Formats: sequence, structure tokens, C-alpha cells
Amino acid sequence: MQQQPNKLRPFFENLNFERDDNTMVINFGPQHPSAHGQLRLVLELDGEQVVKAYPDIGYLHRGVEKMAENMIYNEFLPTTDRLDYIASTANNYAFALAVERLIGLEVPRRAQVIRTMLLELNRIISHLFFLATHALDVGAMSIFLYAFREREYAMDLMEEYCGARLTHSAVRIGGVPLDLPPGWLTKLTQYIDKLPDQIKLYEDLLTENRIWRMRLENVGVVTPEQALSWGCTGIMLRGSGIAYDIRKEEPYELYGELDFDIPVSDRCDSYGRYRLYMEEMKQSIRILRQLIGMYADTEPQLMAHAPQYISAPKEEIMTQNYALMQHFVLVTQGMRPPKGTVYVPTESPKGELGFYIKSEGEPYAYRLKIRAPSFFHTGILQDILPGCYIPDVVTIIGSTNIVFGEVDR
Amino acid sequence: MRKYTPKDNVQAKAKYTDRFWVAPQVPREPVEEEHFAASLDAVKKEVTVHDAYMERGQLVIHISPEDNIATLRILKDSCGYAMCSELSAVDYLARDGEFEIFYQLLNLNEAKRIRVVTRIKEDQAIESIVPLYDMAKFAEREMYDMFGIRVNNHPYLKRIIMPDDWEGHPLRKTYPLQGDEFAAWYEVDKIFGKEYRDVIGPELRDPARIDRYDTQRFARIGHEVPFGADPSLVDETETPIEYSSAPLSDYNKGPHKVLDKRK
Repeated sequence: MQQQPNKLRPFFENLNFERDDNTMVINFGPQHPSAHGQLRLVLELDGEQVVKAYPDIGYLHRGVEKMAENMIYNEFLPTTDRLDYIASTANNYAFALAVERLIGLEVPRRAQVIRTMLLELNRIISHLFFLATHALDVGAMSIFLYAFREREYAMDLMEEYCGARLTHSAVRIGGVPLDLPPGWLTKLTQYIDKLPDQIKLYEDLLTENRIWRMRLENVGVVTPEQALSWGCTGIMLRGSGIAYDIRKEEPYELYGELDFDIPVSDRCDSYGRYRLYMEEMKQSIRILRQLIGMYADTEPQLMAHAPQYISAPKEEIMTQNYALMQHFVLVTQGMRPPKGTVYVPTESPKGELGFYIKSEGEPYAYRLKIRAPSFFHTGILQDILPGCYIPDVVTIIGSTNIVFGEVDR
Repeated sequence: MRKYTPKDNVQAKAKYTDRFWVAPQVPREPVEEEHFAASLDAVKKEVTVHDAYMERGQLVIHISPEDNIATLRILKDSCGYAMCSELSAVDYLARDGEFEIFYQLLNLNEAKRIRVVTRIKEDQAIESIVPLYDMAKFAEREMYDMFGIRVNNHPYLKRIIMPDDWEGHPLRKTYPLQGDEFAAWYEVDKIFGKEYRDVIGPELRDPARIDRYDTQRFARIGHEVPFGADPSLVDETETPIEYSSAPLSDYNKGPHKVLDKRK
């Protein structure tokens, strides 16, 4: 029996799977290998053409924002790993930076160098993952293997630094916990020396590939107006011809001192976005090269000195009574940032990852809102999917590069 | 008698606060920067601004809830705030009986950010900003889902993250972290019906729990039974534990490694 349309349930959203006309309604997901997670996409089809699309999310909802209200700030940091689990350092860093800006904390130079290195290495990891899965969705199986091989080497570097491959928690509020292990920079140099050849291999295989171009060109067109209105950021925005990168426009960490370019494409389609991902990896390599040179002339201090908020270094805790007392209070009760609100945007591999933190001067955040780029990139699917064909749906989802850890939070 | 705990905010609280503790405040600076001052003047011409200040480099404007669409329209059309990066609410029901709603705007040409803040009562609705920013199609749904704030003239106001038939709004301060009774029985009620609550029993959240009658996942020393055997059919006679009488190995015998003398 068909439900009568009313204000809260408009007629077009009534999902009627058995229809008399030529149209059909299908569920794409929530378990679909090309949905990149738990995305349920309700598609109304006319033949093979999509007439209406309705993204249904929430299958990976874990209440991260609720958990943030019930955890002290340092306790919450490992939870941020689970947002965008492809690039967890970007989440850790965005959260740490938001708390630091709330407190008004300056991070030591060496920690800044290490953090920026980790962020850029993570960007490479994330972009390689994008390339691998996107190409696999579209049908290029070999790229998946090549890209995952390079990603493994990058993850080995991350593992050597922090011990984890996916959930790094390598950035702390106030700095980083560890210095780079001996020989790490040499390995990083070796890695980024080899990577350009690999990127060239991917480009040789894909960029002029007839099938790849047929599948990507003029598919998933996001006009600049749509991109702005939908709050698209990162490559979704730059792929539509709007040059805005938070690293360049609102520099944080060391990005103000580094020399790098922001690639922009005015093609507005999936192919343009693919080219941007490749170009961004090359820019990340450029940034990493500069950072390796910067590391040598930094002081060895790794955590900011702010006894009210940040525990003293281990040596001090073990030798000085007052440092131990402060450490005890900070671990058992947590730091109390000042009353106030901050919204801190950062450029994660997916786009603008922002943390809105409202503090009431207590050890628990009063409200923590995570502005996840993928959330809005999922939303725009309902506007860009109508009109395209079923195989393009897979391309478009891959091209938006959404990760459900941060869509559902 | 049980100790009284407030029900209007059940989130975690500091266990101990020094009685002389006064929380410092993030500095609020006057609006002096040229671009922000111009934007603020443009807004002030059209709507009442209750408060405006700079907080950590971003302009914060407090307005009345009726003026939200007018304010955002001015900022979008005449001040260049083409993108709304985020929109959500903060629950102040326990303290003030109000929600605080914020709109985080971005000007891409100047790389400037403004936060427009407004407050509404619990039973009040807010006007949708979908005509200005498409991102509100999703963001306002999330706000409705998480706080139960009604949004007028939204094209499709429906829960987005929680299931459609969910009761309660999870990000309210009255909603406990572990979920309420409805949340605990949601799947059971939906799949089997309420009468099956007794049959299935509550979810056991204790990871260290041991069920001695579960013969699939637990073994009891001295009561060994076949895997998955029906515990009622297994006799309760105890198997005595036997140890071999032969000594395992004597570590005191044999040549010892002598540590080098400290030089």
C-alpha cells in the first residue's frame, strides 16, 4: 500500500520497489564494494539512467561527538584516529591544533617539522589509497596493486615512527611525543626519491588511457556554484576551478614558510580531480624535501612548555616533584582550557577538516563539532548523480573520495 | 538515601574542582580589522546585532534567531561569504533553557571567517538556510537529528544519522552516553517484539563476564565436557586434577653462568 504524501514525507521519497512503469528503485549498498564503506544510496532509475539519488548515511555512526563531551582532551585524541582512518594523522593534528589554539599554545620548532612531515606523508598515503581504490572501482586492477605497494612503504615509515600503521595518534596536544628514530630521514629520502618514478608509472598507465578517460571525462561534473554552495573543499573545490587551499590561504604549522604550488583544474569532472590528486602527491614530495632540510637545525625540544596544560618531559617527571604532581593532575583530571570557542580549519587530504570546540573551562569539552569534508561530499551526490548512468555512479563515488568514518562520525 | 544527581546534564563532570578556581576566558577583542569592520557595519544596517567581537582571529556576531536568513544573505551577497563551512547547535537547555546555533562562514577571496551565533528556546523553530547554502540540506538534518531543533521550510527534514524511528536526540545533554532504555532494547523490540525482552535479556557490557554454563566459549578445569555439550546433560562430577610427580626440571643444578665482575 502506498503511503499518502504529506509534508514530512514527500511523495518522491516513498520507496516503492515494484512499479508498473519503466522506472526502478534500487538500493546501492549499504554493503557494496564500491561504496567505500557503509553508504546506502537509493537510486531511482529510468532504464540505466539515474533519475533521483538519495544518499542514506549513518551505518557507521559511533557518536564520536558525544564521546568527546565525556572524555578529557588527551583521552579523546586516539578517538580522532577513527574518523578518517585513511589519514589519521590529519585528524589527530586537526584536533590538537584546535585545542592548542584554544589554549593559545606555541609548539616547538622540531615538533612542527615532524608534524608537517607526518601530515604530508599521510597525504601521500591517502592519495595513493584514493588512486588504488578509485582505479579498482573503474576497472584498472593493476594500478591497485602498484599503488598499494607504494602505500605499504609509506606506512612502514609511519610504523617505524609511531608503531602504528593506520591509527597513528602520533601527534599530541602541544607537540609530538617522540623524536624521529635514527636513520628515518634517510629512509624517507629514499622513499621520496623513488615515488616520482612510481607516480610516473601510474600516469603512464592512466592519464592517456582510452578507457580511463572515457570513464572519467565529463563524469561527475561539479559546477563551481554547486561546489561553493555545498561546502565542497579540498580537491572537490579545486577540481571545480576555485583555488583555495587552507595550507596556502590560512597557513598553519610550517606551511607559511614552505614553497609549494596548489594545482587547480577547471575541468570540473572526475578526470580533472584525478589529475589533481597526482599533482598533489608531487607537491607533497616537494614539501617533504624541504622539511628534511629544516629538521637538522632545530632544538631537540618536542613538547611545548606549558605546565598548566601539558605534562613536563619524562626526565623532569621522574626527577622533580612538582612536575610529577602536575603530571598526576593532568592525567587524572585533565587540562582545563580557558572558556571560549574556536573553529580551526585544516587541509586534510579530503578537504577542510575543522574542529569546533566550545569550552566552558572544564576538563571536558562542552561541545565538539567535527566538520568533516566527506559529509558534504556525500551530500552533493544527491545533486550530481541524477542524469548519469549506473557505471558512472561508481566512478563518482570513487572520485569524491569519501570515507565513512568521518561521514557518520 | 541515594545521592541526588542532576538529570538535565548527565555528561561527565570534573571530579574535583578547586573552590578558588576561576576559569580564564579566551580573549575577546574589539573588531578593528578593516574587512571585518566593514562586514559588521553592513550587517548592522539591516539587523540588530546583540554582540560582536573577535575571537582567535574570527569575527563572532550574535543575532536574533528571526534574523538568521537576513544576516547570512547580507554576508553572502555583499561581503563575499560564499561558503558556509559548518552549522550546528550547542545544548544550553540545562543552564539557560536555550540552544545556541552557529553558522561558520568562509570568504574565499579574503580568507576570512565569520561565525554567526543565535539562540533559540527549546520549543522554537529556526528558518532554514537552504535557499542560500545547499550544504544546509545535510547539515540542518543533522542538527535536527542530534538536537531535535525544528527547521522551518527545509525541503526534507528527516533524521540523517540515527534510524528514522529513533526516540530521543543523542547530542542533548540529557541523553546519557550509554544510551537510554529505548536505545538498549532497540533491536530486540524491532526484530522480535517487546515481549522478547525477558527471553533475550539485557545486553551484557562486561567484557570480563564468565558464564560457567556456556560450554562453547568457556572450559572449567576439573569439569571438562565435550565442546558445545548441553550443560544440563553433563553430570557435575568433578574430575580430580592430577599432576605428574616427576619434577619438571631443577634449575639449581648444572653449571651456572657467572656474571662478569664489575670493573
